[in-house]
Amino acid sequence: MATPVLDKVEADSAASPYITATFRIRRFNPEVSDAAVWEDFTVEIDPKERVLDALHKIKWELDGTLTFRRSCAHGICGSDAMRINGRNRLACKTLIKDLSPEKPITVEPIKGLTVLKDLIVDMEPFFQAYRDVMPFLVTEGNEPTRERLQSAEDRERFDDTTKCILCAACTSSCPVFWNDGQYFGPAAIVNAHRFIFDSRDEAGEQRLEILNDKDGVWRCRTTFNCTDACPRGIEVTKAIAEVKKALITRRY
Amino acid sequence: MTTNQTESATSGAVAVDEVTLYDVDNPAPVIEPPRKRTRKTPKSTRGNFELAAWLFMRLSGVVLVVLVIGHLLIQLVLDGGVSKIGFAFVAGRWASPFWQTWDLVMLWLAMLHGANGLRTVINDYAERPNTRLWLKGLLYTATVFTILLGTLVIFTFDPNIR
Repeated sequence: MATPVLDKVEADSAASPYITATFRIRRFNPEVSDAAVWEDFTVEIDPKERVLDALHKIKWELDGTLTFRRSCAHGICGSDAMRINGRNRLACKTLIKDLSPEKPITVEPIKGLTVLKDLIVDMEPFFQAYRDVMPFLVTEGNEPTRERLQSAEDRERFDDTTKCILCAACTSSCPVFWNDGQYFGPAAIVNAHRFIFDSRDEAGEQRLEILNDKDGVWRCRTTFNCTDACPRGIEVTKAIAEVKKALITRRY
Repeated sequence: MTTNQTESATSGAVAVDEVTLYDVDNPAPVIEPPRKRTRKTPKSTRGNFELAAWLFMRLSGVVLVVLVIGHLLIQLVLDGGVSKIGFAFVAGRWASPFWQTWDLVMLWLAMLHGANGLRTVINDYAERPNTRLWLKGLLYTATVFTILLGTLVIFTFDPNIR
């Protein structure tokens, strides 16, 4: 008697994996109001889906005016960094079941950058800081006729910082950057680190000089927010500390 | 549910109020972060002041641990504790060049360490240039005054004063 009932319950739960989750999204539309407001959306969704899927569901089925960036949707283009439940994450790498969906899930734009609409921020100051550290290979002399060879150990030296996807999750999690956008920010320093410690590059000295600026690495307070926020698992604070160490050992 | 309703109600009210103010051709100003980086942000400032300040904080911190804990032990714990401190006790200690040097080094390191710490706090949290200027001005004045006065007292202390 009991067995068929149990089977039926199991079959029911297997048939409907959906749960009801509330997304509390920070909306801002300068064409309507100068104030940002929270707006709640309730969606039926499989908790094994990602926050990005929920945002798509909202945009496609509930409110087409919801605005956010996404491109590859697989955690590599770095377009959809946002502040989910108070932490910077990629919406495309955050599963709903990991966010305790019984409570409303808050979604905000990343902090410290101008909000243009809803979840879209002006990334220009972020990329300006990136450009300011010269994120490209600089060499002297004639170009070799074959590849610039490098030993596995030399490559390993900066392997961690090559993983950066420029999503701005680290920079916009930094309390120094929130209050003073003149600070280069973790992402720019990570990308400088990638070339400073590259044995093939010859402009390390120049980059160190740039980061020795009053708004350079010395403004880092080692709060580790950037390391916690990085969706690629880069040890950002460690990279910044290595740049500091390189600056000190270069001088003294 | 209640919060949901109130929120949608307030947002609705805001939208109704602002409809006449902002539209597609006349958008509201966006909310800008403080001191954002632009193309014109000055490039490298040169000089190693920030590097030196950062190193100084680490080194003076280590020295201060010894100096301050030693100072507190002598003043407050050993030999009868705080009740022994009086004019005679201070005069007796400052008769020795060792304690004079100890106190002088502690005064300079602690004041500069603290002042530099506050300078970074002001740099981090004061958003407007004028606020920065005034807060730093106040900080530097207080620091210089305290250091000079303290140094003067240590060097010119006269136990026979009346």
